[in-house]
Amino acid sequence: MKKIEAIIRKSKFDEVKTALHQIEVNFFTYWDVTGVGNEKEGHVYRGVTYSTSDIQRRYLSIVVSDPYLERTVEAILKTAYTGMVGDGKIFVSEIQETYRIRTKESGTDAVN
Amino acid sequence: MDTNTAMDLMWVLIAGSLVFFMQAGFTLVETGFTRSKNTGNIIMKNLMDFCIGSVAFWAVGYSLMYGKSIGGLIGDVSEFSFFDSAADMHSLFFQTVFAATAATIVSGAIAERTKFTTYLIFSLLMTLIIYPISGSWVWNAGGWLAKMGFTDFAGSTVVHAVGGCASLVAAALVGPRIGKYTDGKSNAIPGHNLMIGALGVFILWLGWFGFNPGSQLAISGDNAFAVAKIFITTNLAGAAGALAAMFITWIFYKKPDISMTLNGVLAGLVGVTAGCAAVSPIGALMIGLICGITVVFSIEFIDKKLKIDDPVGAVSVHGVCGALGTILVGVFATDGGLLYGGGFEKLGVQTIGVLAIGAWAMGASFVVLFILKKTIGLRVTKEEEIDGLDIHEHGTNVYND
Repeated sequence: MKKIEAIIRKSKFDEVKTALHQIEVNFFTYWDVTGVGNEKEGHVYRGVTYSTSDIQRRYLSIVVSDPYLERTVEAILKTAYTGMVGDGKIFVSEIQETYRIRTKESGTDAVN
Repeated sequence: MDTNTAMDLMWVLIAGSLVFFMQAGFTLVETGFTRSKNTGNIIMKNLMDFCIGSVAFWAVGYSLMYGKSIGGLIGDVSEFSFFDSAADMHSLFFQTVFAATAATIVSGAIAERTKFTTYLIFSLLMTLIIYPISGSWVWNAGGWLAKMGFTDFAGSTVVHAVGGCASLVAAALVGPRIGKYTDGKSNAIPGHNLMIGALGVFILWLGWFGFNPGSQLAISGDNAFAVAKIFITTNLAGAAGALAAMFITWIFYKKPDISMTLNGVLAGLVGVTAGCAAVSPIGALMIGLICGITVVFSIEFIDKKLKIDDPVGAVSVHGVCGALGTILVGVFATDGGLLYGGGFEKLGVQTIGVLAIGAWAMGASFVVLFILKKTIGLRVTKEEEIDGLDIHEHGTNVYND
């Protein structure tokens, strides 16, 4: 089993979600995050111009069985892409064990 | 009592209630334009300056302002102190809500870093002494500015510029919020909820329909036409102020700025308060436009050049536009205004009045705040400021989930 973590643009979230559903990755967790990066966003507040490196992104955490890994990563790479600085990153890591609380299933039965 | 008198009284009481509601507007604008960690402190300041003001103005302030004038400078304190004059209760109510408005203006300018105790004491002295004395010069029939023919119908200067001038002195003496200026550069500290700020501006706008038309102090007979006209001049100036501020920011910042446009409404309303009965609708529109343009540049000037930290723009909205609006009566008044063939006499009187009251408000505020600075101090500690005033000054958070 693998955990795929992806930081993506909020504006790309709907496309990524649809693509994941299409490859039958049906459950995952996400939350909104703030990070610091190379991209600078300019703002004006009450006449004061300021640029901030604090950037708003969405963080996805998806746990899949090994056969799903490649297509999941591909789906995100394809749909979260704009080509501009700030498209985000994908991290893949090993998951030791998974349990589904309701049914007590474990291992690959308990994930996508 | 005849029906006309009863109607007049009722109108004054309704209008006074609308002005009272402006306290809610001020609270919302100030909290919206500042950070969430200080919301509770701003609630308490706005609530308590009204409560303290109600007592102080009843006890002494009203008499100092409306008692028989002594040399045109102050009212006789012995005449109405601890007010209990059955025939004039409506007058006390109407004037109390005005006094509280002048006091509450200061709250926004010194938000997010001022000691609560210090604010309460300053607020008390504002409604007890500072506001009533300059008010007596204009609104007491025996006041020296009243005798000169100075026009400030509903208080652009008497209420707003007094509050604005006190704000300027207070914000300068308290000093900027931590992080506002680094390496001599002004930094943006965005407010936490512009929706709250916008609701506050709408409420203030509604309140202004009590503030200005109510200052006619009567509605029977032909007064009704005068009141209706003031509704129009007031509304036009507010609208023009917002339009001007929006287009100015659209041009200079590339996008129509929300908080500046909200300030533009208030700038127009403050500006027309002095002349709402004396100018024509087109005059009101012009005053609104001029104030709406001025407020944007004034906020930038005070922030970037003077480096005085005024989170809500109280100095610009109430001080600068209050003074400007009062002076502009000398230009736009249909009777005696410069543009209506009245020459420079009216303009001169208006300017003298603004300078005199501005000097009094700044001087008196400076003395009070300087003494407070040397005794109990003006600011909270650095730790309290960074964590937020809510948790340290009041022991609780406003937003708990």
